Amino acid sequence: MHRFANPARFLRLAALILPWVSVLSAILFAAGLYLALFVSPEDYQQGDTVRIMYVHVPAAWMAMFTYSSMAVAAACALVWRHPLAEVYSKAAAPLGAGFTLLCLVTGSLWGEPMWGTWWVWDARLTSVLILFFLYLGYMALVDAFDDPQRGHRAGAILLLVGAINVPIIKFSVDWWNTLHQPASVLRMDGPAIHGDMLWPLLILALAFKTYFAATVILRMRAELAERKIQTLRLTQAGGV
Amino acid sequence: MMTRKKRRLYMLLLALAGLGTATALTLTAFEENVAFFFSPSDLATKPPGDKRVRVGGLVEGGSVVKVDDGVSTRFTITDTAHSVTITTDRPLPDLFREGQGVLVEGRMGSDGVFVASEVLAKHDEKYMPKEVADALKASGQFKPELPGKPVYEAGK
Amino acid sequence: MADFFHMGGYAIYVWSSYGLALLVLVGLLLASLGTLRRKERLLRSLEQTLPRRRRRAGAGDAGGEEKP
Repeated sequence: MHRFANPARFLRLAALILPWVSVLSAILFAAGLYLALFVSPEDYQQGDTVRIMYVHVPAAWMAMFTYSSMAVAAACALVWRHPLAEVYSKAAAPLGAGFTLLCLVTGSLWGEPMWGTWWVWDARLTSVLILFFLYLGYMALVDAFDDPQRGHRAGAILLLVGAINVPIIKFSVDWWNTLHQPASVLRMDGPAIHGDMLWPLLILALAFKTYFAATVILRMRAELAERKIQTLRLTQAGGV
Repeated sequence: MMTRKKRRLYMLLLALAGLGTATALTLTAFEENVAFFFSPSDLATKPPGDKRVRVGGLVEGGSVVKVDDGVSTRFTITDTAHSVTITTDRPLPDLFREGQGVLVEGRMGSDGVFVASEVLAKHDEKYMPKEVADALKASGQFKPELPGKPVYEAGK
Repeated sequence: MADFFHMGGYAIYVWSSYGLALLVLVGLLLASLGTLRRKERLLRSLEQTLPRRRRRAGAGDAGGEEKP
């Protein structure tokens, strides 16, 4: 576990990965957007609005993935005191909040023409809104303490408590009657989505994921630099 | 060192299990409120009286008629076991058509006709190009999916 | 081409979605890059003002190579 805990080792690894994921992300976005906007067919019911899916669904997946990974990091921070786990959660939170916001707004822009409403309080939409507030709450909480260590501890606990929301989001459409339809891709009997629409979706999902990897590395590097700055300031104040 | 980490891990797992159980119990207890809409069967099993409710079902083929006043529409929604007649003076969403899942919000009238003040369309999770859908329809493999399931068990 | 921008009459919904995605993703990337540059510049200037030998308590100090 602690083999990867060393920040210097992480920074070397990150420097190695960063150019690759950045280039990969750019390629995937170009290919995905081309397929989504120019090649993929209209839906038999929803016409061109189905193209909103290629943004909405990857954003939703990333919103859930980012939160889940932050919750796992929170557990590593609380149980094993893994020094990079807190750095990761703090770096990932604004990205997760961005994905969730994107998911909510594109969902609204899709719901108005197709469902006939911008918003309803069904179990799926409400639980995703709660996810957005969990991100905001975490970011506020981590910065709310004078002692950053206590802030991180409180944030990690919030992340773990809020993790219960992730399966609720995922299965809300199966457990209860919702306006939102059940899952199209990640379901037991295979995707219920035609291949010509599935490919752009999967490619853009990968594009989002590589974008996240690249950006979270940048943010973690910034956070590690910030920690060094704090330590240097302390030694400066105490020693000089 | 190892034991302290283990203890922290067990405490964490225990706390999460407790939290999960509490959430599951709460959500089960409030199932009726978490459900966004009821099926026509629910309406038959447990009449809502004068309460505002949402009902979801498939628009029955051939049931959509424009009422004489020029604004209102009347149609029937069904979950194959029961059906309800709906009347509304609201605009219908783009996806509204026969065989489509819809949700209506409103009150049951004393004459057994549901007066809806809002009509929303609900689509299923299947996405495909028009040609594929037409081919499925031609071969009779195209089945519209019911938009929801009964919340109340019949006879309860 | 006009058809493409028209999006079957749903242009406003489709293009707003893609526009917002661009805004959020590029915005977060630029903000992250900006913060990183600022922090690294500050860190370099701090390291230069400090005497070399004091620089060992840094949180991510590369001196922490562990031995097998």
